Amino acid sequence: MPSNKSVSDAAITQFINCRILRDHRLQRDDLWVREGKVLDPEKLFFDEKGYADKLVDCEGSIIAPGFIDVQINGGYGIDFSQASDDVSSGVSFVAKKILQHGVTSFCPTLVTSPPAVYHKVLPQIKVSDGGEHGAGVLGFHLEGPFISVEKKGAHPEQFLRTFQSGGIEDLMEAYGGLDNIAMVTLAPELGGSQSVVKELCQRGITVSLGHSVANLSQAEEAVHHGASFITHLFNAMLPFHHRDPGIVGLLTSDQVPAGRTVYYGMIADGIHTNPAALRIAHRAHPSGLVLVTDAITAMGLPPGRHTLGQQVIEIQGLHAYVAGLNAAYQPPTTCSACTKTLCGSIATMDMCVRHFKHASGCSVEEALEAASLHPAKLLGISHKKGNLDYGSDADLVLLDDALNVEATFISGEEVWRKGP
Amino acid sequence: MRLVILDDYDLASEWAAKYIRNRIIQFKPSAERYFTLGLPTGSTPYGCYKKLIEFYRSGDISFKYVKTFNMDEYVGLPRAHPESYHSYMWNNFFKHIDIDPANAHILDGNAEDLETECQAYEQKIAEAGGIELFVGGIGPDGHIAFNEPGSSLVSRTRVKTLAKDTIVANARFFGNDLNKVPTMALTVGVGTVMDAKEVMILITGAHKAFALYKAIEEGVNHMWTVSAFQQHPRTIFVCDEDATLELRVKTVKYFKGPSSTDDAE
Repeated sequence: MPSNKSVSDAAITQFINCRILRDHRLQRDDLWVREGKVLDPEKLFFDEKGYADKLVDCEGSIIAPGFIDVQINGGYGIDFSQASDDVSSGVSFVAKKILQHGVTSFCPTLVTSPPAVYHKVLPQIKVSDGGEHGAGVLGFHLEGPFISVEKKGAHPEQFLRTFQSGGIEDLMEAYGGLDNIAMVTLAPELGGSQSVVKELCQRGITVSLGHSVANLSQAEEAVHHGASFITHLFNAMLPFHHRDPGIVGLLTSDQVPAGRTVYYGMIADGIHTNPAALRIAHRAHPSGLVLVTDAITAMGLPPGRHTLGQQVIEIQGLHAYVAGLNAAYQPPTTCSACTKTLCGSIATMDMCVRHFKHASGCSVEEALEAASLHPAKLLGISHKKGNLDYGSDADLVLLDDALNVEATFISGEEVWRKGP
Repeated sequence: MRLVILDDYDLASEWAAKYIRNRIIQFKPSAERYFTLGLPTGSTPYGCYKKLIEFYRSGDISFKYVKTFNMDEYVGLPRAHPESYHSYMWNNFFKHIDIDPANAHILDGNAEDLETECQAYEQKIAEAGGIELFVGGIGPDGHIAFNEPGSSLVSRTRVKTLAKDTIVANARFFGNDLNKVPTMALTVGVGTVMDAKEVMILITGAHKAFALYKAIEEGVNHMWTVSAFQQHPRTIFVCDEDATLELRVKTVKYFKGPSSTDDAE
């Protein structure tokens, strides 16, 4: 009899023949799950005299916490920033597809858009648990419109905004409300932005700095007021300069309040950041690195032209560029000095994990934590996600030694498995 | 008494594990008739547990119809503490085998009433039909379980205050902070172990050599409580060469006679 039922009647699953990521190490140990959460088997044994109802043989695979993507704009033809009447089926479609990349929770991201789009799209999506239907929604990541003109990247200039009436009111007016928002990216050099940073943080919304020409002091002031993330480090910000490191300087700033960590997003697709730059950032501040896909509509689609927010983009291999406004689009030259505006990536999260490990030379554990533990800590949800501690949600990804996804589980239930 | 001497720790662990395995198999345990096993903790039996787990994994043995009774547990240490004997048994043995959790008995050092807990434990052993084979170790001061020097040789399961030597020896498991080391423990008595049908004592390492000498070459004495087993009808001492360093050459030669080590097969 599996248990004396003194604590629960529910079925107990034991994952065997696996290596699990626990205490920052891959350990040869079994993983126990009950009622969607990781279970302490020693307590089960001694307190409940219980053992497993069901065994899942992992055949030597690695079990890591499910990946968490805090910056994803769409995929498989879906563009979250497109104001449709049925945003939720688009989000659900992507949520289901990304399970195969090992992503079990994500923040649907909207690029700079007019108020009408926000007012239409935001109310349609709520924070929700994942499951067979797809990865869990942690809340929106609103990237813009309160960003810098000089660093707009692929964002449409006509919809950028500044804080006019005194900060948070502008935000409310632009977005229509702050429910189901997990994160906001803004430029801290904008007048009135610091009070907005403070207010958003007080409401439990993560504030990220990005698409900005802020200097280091402005960035540090924002961190002082609660900002805790940098949106796609190096991209859409001033380059590192040895007398004013700008936002990049936050990685080694001594002004970060004690006990707090500044996290930074890295698009580790081999394109957005030169591997040498990735290594510099990683070595300077390894515990803050958060892998993001910044995936766009075209992720998962074949090469060609697709829409992103209010703009049109062109796919070539793993590169995605802003298409010219004129119909005759010039093919890219091989000259890397030519300015071509990148606009998001089409690499999947598991590709990013593999690339990050390869480019940085980091350990398997570090690569996995950059996609799970770190984003969970960033969003303040590490008490239940991003790790395999007893009591955490059993959102899991089974991987082979090369970190290819073999299967994905949410709340202990298998939601995707690689075909033969 | 049998004294089985193996060349080193690994061989001694393997011999002991094989002996336990064979005894269980020969007993043919079933739902009507469980094999009751008394178990120790510490660094000495560690290798033996590893071997038993190997035998389980290769299908040589099942613990489905085995009931276990551990010798001791600290008082007042949270059960989940990494140094508790519950943690030791879970991590080094129980989690790797197929024993029914209801059949794995360990004294509860956090029980409301320690006296009652001890009496209940004796009761459970009696209800299980007594212990078939009690496996134990020996301390450098010759103690078995926590029956420190001066313990009655007919003692039963009870609360014991630990000797200063034991507390100091244990400090290394508690960050070398003497204040963190438990000062009391629940332990089976010498008498409790003597009641078992058969007793097997594992002794390895040169630091145990003097205790082994006192236990088998000198008289029965409550200052070296393991010596009580000189009066048990079926006792085996399993040791490595180093543990015999304080014995008379004559004793060792006698026990190393022609067929002394082959019984385990």
